[in-house]
Amino acid sequence: MSTLLKPPVNSNDHIRGNSNAPLELVEYGDFECSDCGRAYPIIKTIQRELGDDLKFIFRNFPLTEIHPHAVNAALAAEAAALQNKFWEMHDIILQNQKSLESEDLLFYAETIKLDPGQFISDIQDSSLLAKVEADFESGVRSGVNRTPSFFVNGLKYEGGREANELIYYLKSKLSELRSAF
Amino acid sequence: MLAIGTQAPDFELNSTPDQKLKLTELREKKVILAFYPADWSPVCSDQMALYNETLKLFSKHNAQLVGISVDSKWSHLAFSESRKLHFPLLADFEPKGQVAKLYGVYDEKEGLAQRALFVLDEKGIIRWNYLSPVGINPGADGILDALESLDKVNVLQK
Repeated sequence: MSTLLKPPVNSNDHIRGNSNAPLELVEYGDFECSDCGRAYPIIKTIQRELGDDLKFIFRNFPLTEIHPHAVNAALAAEAAALQNKFWEMHDIILQNQKSLESEDLLFYAETIKLDPGQFISDIQDSSLLAKVEADFESGVRSGVNRTPSFFVNGLKYEGGREANELIYYLKSKLSELRSAF
Repeated sequence: MLAIGTQAPDFELNSTPDQKLKLTELREKKVILAFYPADWSPVCSDQMALYNETLKLFSKHNAQLVGISVDSKWSHLAFSESRKLHFPLLADFEPKGQVAKLYGVYDEKEGLAQRALFVLDEKGIIRWNYLSPVGINPGADGILDALESLDKVNVLQK
């Protein structure tokens, strides 16, 4: 129902790409959700296509009852963020969605060369869980009704989830922004 | 659909194969009535899976969620177990759709409840309602906004 991103993108968010880009794509995603897994290479394609015109933001929206590994995976990504490797963990998890047990996550931490002791201690830090829950609540308040849900420059995107549909929408948004100046 | 400000009509429906739930048993709590067309359908599953995760946000406002459809108590049991739902699903099964009709959210042509939401205050008065297009999951933001407003009003009245 709500179509507005609440709160707007801020310093707590994980941002990939040019932070001054005119286009802002926010995904509310669940690391265990298969549709989010399908969206992953699509987002990569979109980022290649739009380059410096786009920044991409990922917020957590784990549906814990149907995806029992989703919260731990989200915590692993947040723990990696504390070592400045959120996106490396985000990517490796979405490439390996079927293997999200604790030992798998630890293996990914090793693979992306995190300090393992630090990672294990951080993943149990309650402030990370609070961050994941705050992301979820912000999604609910913004009208997220499935995963993945996307917001473009603060407004909920209701179109198709294929690369060409998203790219078409983003490019038309871009020319709209440019013609406004 | 029943208007905001009206007393929600009482009803009693099966919540499990051997238990019934009466609306007036939920007095002292806010109640969210979520009418939906059918167990198992894709949009409903999204909606119920989402509400399952937002229960803790609802409970912060002393609110109880109940789902209502024309499916039988046995379908509800299987659906609820399959999706690990932690709130009751009521069977508006016999006479079919009686409660949905009472609330003005029954689709006669399809023989299903519409996708409709009601938020009741602690006295059972309807304080918010919303009819969603049948194929669209309305999310939970409207419910939370309504619960928040009710809490603000309760504080003002004290």
